[in-house]
Amino acid sequence: MSTETRKTPERHIYLDHSATTPVRPEVLAAMLPYFGDKFGNASSVHRWGREARMAVEEAREKVASLIKADPREIIFTSGGTESDNLALRGVAWAYRSRGNHIITSAIEHHAVLHTCESLEKEGFRVTYLPCDRYGMIDPEEVKRAITKDTILISIMHGQNEVGTIEPIGEIGKLAKEHGIIFHSDAVQSAGKVPIDVNAMNVDLLTVSSHKIYGPKGVGALYVRKGTRLVPQATGGAHERGMRAGTENVPGIVGFGEACRLAEKELPEESKRLSALRDRLIRGILDKIPDSILNGHPTERLPHNVNVSIKYVEGESMLLNLDLLGVGASSGSACTSGSLEPSHVLLAMGVPHEVAHGSLRMTLGKSNTEADIDYVLEVLPPIVERLREMSVFGRGQKSKS
Amino acid sequence: MNERAGTGAPHGGLAAGGEDRLVYMDNSSTTRPAPEVVEAMRKVLEEDFGNPSSLHRLGTASSRIVRNARKSVASLIGADETEIVFTSGGTEANNWAIFGTLRSLGDRSTHIVTSTVEHPSIMATVEYLRDSGYDVTLVPVDGEGFVDPEKVLKSVRKDTALVSIMLVQNEIGTVEPCREIGRLLSSLGPRRPRFHVDAVQGFGRLDIDVKKWGIDLLSMSAHKIHGPKGVGALYVRRGLRMGPLIFGGGQEAGLRSGTENVPGIAGMGAACEMWGKDRVEVLGRLAVLRKKLIEGVREAWPEAVLHGPESANVAPYIVHFSFPGFRGESILHALEKRGVFVSTGSACSSHKAKPSPIILALGRSEEEALSAIRFSMSRYTTEEEVAITVEALKESLKELLPWRESRR
Repeated sequence: MSTETRKTPERHIYLDHSATTPVRPEVLAAMLPYFGDKFGNASSVHRWGREARMAVEEAREKVASLIKADPREIIFTSGGTESDNLALRGVAWAYRSRGNHIITSAIEHHAVLHTCESLEKEGFRVTYLPCDRYGMIDPEEVKRAITKDTILISIMHGQNEVGTIEPIGEIGKLAKEHGIIFHSDAVQSAGKVPIDVNAMNVDLLTVSSHKIYGPKGVGALYVRKGTRLVPQATGGAHERGMRAGTENVPGIVGFGEACRLAEKELPEESKRLSALRDRLIRGILDKIPDSILNGHPTERLPHNVNVSIKYVEGESMLLNLDLLGVGASSGSACTSGSLEPSHVLLAMGVPHEVAHGSLRMTLGKSNTEADIDYVLEVLPPIVERLREMSVFGRGQKSKS
Repeated sequence: MNERAGTGAPHGGLAAGGEDRLVYMDNSSTTRPAPEVVEAMRKVLEEDFGNPSSLHRLGTASSRIVRNARKSVASLIGADETEIVFTSGGTEANNWAIFGTLRSLGDRSTHIVTSTVEHPSIMATVEYLRDSGYDVTLVPVDGEGFVDPEKVLKSVRKDTALVSIMLVQNEIGTVEPCREIGRLLSSLGPRRPRFHVDAVQGFGRLDIDVKKWGIDLLSMSAHKIHGPKGVGALYVRRGLRMGPLIFGGGQEAGLRSGTENVPGIAGMGAACEMWGKDRVEVLGRLAVLRKKLIEGVREAWPEAVLHGPESANVAPYIVHFSFPGFRGESILHALEKRGVFVSTGSACSSHKAKPSPIILALGRSEEEALSAIRFSMSRYTTEEEVAITVEALKESLKELLPWRESRR
């Protein structure tokens, strides 16, 4: 491959679907009437209200169906972050009299980690479980961490940065055996891999709309019947008293439609994405020396590629890729502005300097084999050039 | 239901087939998004789908959209753009104003002052706090719903963390003297409590100046001003220490985590721009309509009792009457049959058959509270719609009259 394969960015290849996804045309079409004639407040008694209410309830069924839940167990929120906050804070305070211990992992999304930190300040004790070098949580570790004071376990389903799929079925079984409430953040996995809240023994599950081609600003929390929550937003009696605020009707309708389509297309699409994913991973590892796959090689979200490329700064790769029309990320979008290396990679035991060279490419509906081949064509020369310029690169050369 | 192509909306007109048109008089519950709002959102939903936190060009385009909207919101209340934090709506903003204040002030500030006529998102929150050991003073209102600024000042103690007073009462439209309350609180010097204003029912339409009025926190909502549902904002005065309500990725300068609702925020920005252009003119037109509506209702039913102020210090888009002897709900349904859509109080509580605590707080009887109807207009309401409403009300009351007589 030539080092001079720079092209004008006529191509636009979006490889950041874990950050957010475009709204599907079908989803937008479903939403538009609710910005127009059907603009009612779902709490109003008159027909505008009833019409909005019906739309919300229909969407609730679609969301429930995606995760094999009962519609009455779905609470709409403003997104994944609010759902995580509501699950953790809501359960912690509802079960405070039973105990004050929470088990989670070091590689959770910040919506979980920072909420746990806030709970520590309020007198709760939190165990942050380590993971192995693939980013996998060991159910045995969960079991060992359980004490008589444990009221809640929160372990994510699909890891958002490295794509590892956690054994939440086993952890759910453990939690059930010990009578502990189990929450899982499924923001990255819902719609990508099958989820069955009953088979997995999950009591609370977080889902987000904008990761599955629905609109931003809406998400849901599955709350198993009988699980108590202290509401985090109080006011009107919306969402069974668990979440006050006028329902975001168009957003909820779009979310429902996105769930319906995701459920329908899941078997085919996850197969297609897995194949693209493996092609990209194999290509990078083959073409770029000193590159490493982060995350589990097989127990992996079908759309996630995360590699560390030694002796290169992740940010520099991103900017160079962006110039060539490729949108990727160095980790999670929420923290991509910070220069700190990923807490997830560090927890996996990846050394600082290797963590700095991480590149996350997350695939989606629009991506084709040609996109993958384009990335495999432009990335190696970028890496080569950056390595030539960098101090790390010179160090590497003198070593070899 | 396509016959209602133009209800209370910009593209009004008689529906196809010559059927009676539908009149939406429930704009304090929610409003129809303005065409410019829908257009702004559609563009973002179709083209600018990036996550503002992403470093690539889609991300930077989205963060620019958010920043522009922030400026539009700020300019309507005399704030700086850095003082606007987007939320999922007015309820979240109200919850956060209270919880965020308490979380940042420490254990000695355990007293909250608010009024007896606040929105449920304030009421339910302070009740929850009272159950958790906080001390709450509810300042009463007079017969027109006005809070007395002197009484507010007298309720303030050394341990008062927060004074929270709404700008416009959502059921009866009373405009509270927030400016005066802010001035009095400012006179207490640096150890004064924080002043929060729930401005959801006044924001965008009424004159607000957070700096001149001495306001520390102000709640706003988009869907009451022809913006989208699911988005609102809290003004947080620069330098004010605030704990977050929602923890996570650190968006909104660490104050409100969660991927920004970019299309919603763009829609809110577009709504603010629209109001910024013609606010004064629209309010003038509404004041005329409000007067006509009040006269019409009184003519239709002389025993009707107006709640809230007659003409001064009242939001010119809210008209609230009791029809003693009737049930508010029956009137609502009779009006709906005639194509006019109103509410018996606030939408949030409209499914409850309980008398409105707001009307009771005015010193009115339960009978009056149960027979109440709120008409709320929008910038698109026309004189013709007001006339249709009055006519429908006349017919509705006539229809319900035998039932009323028999009940007596």
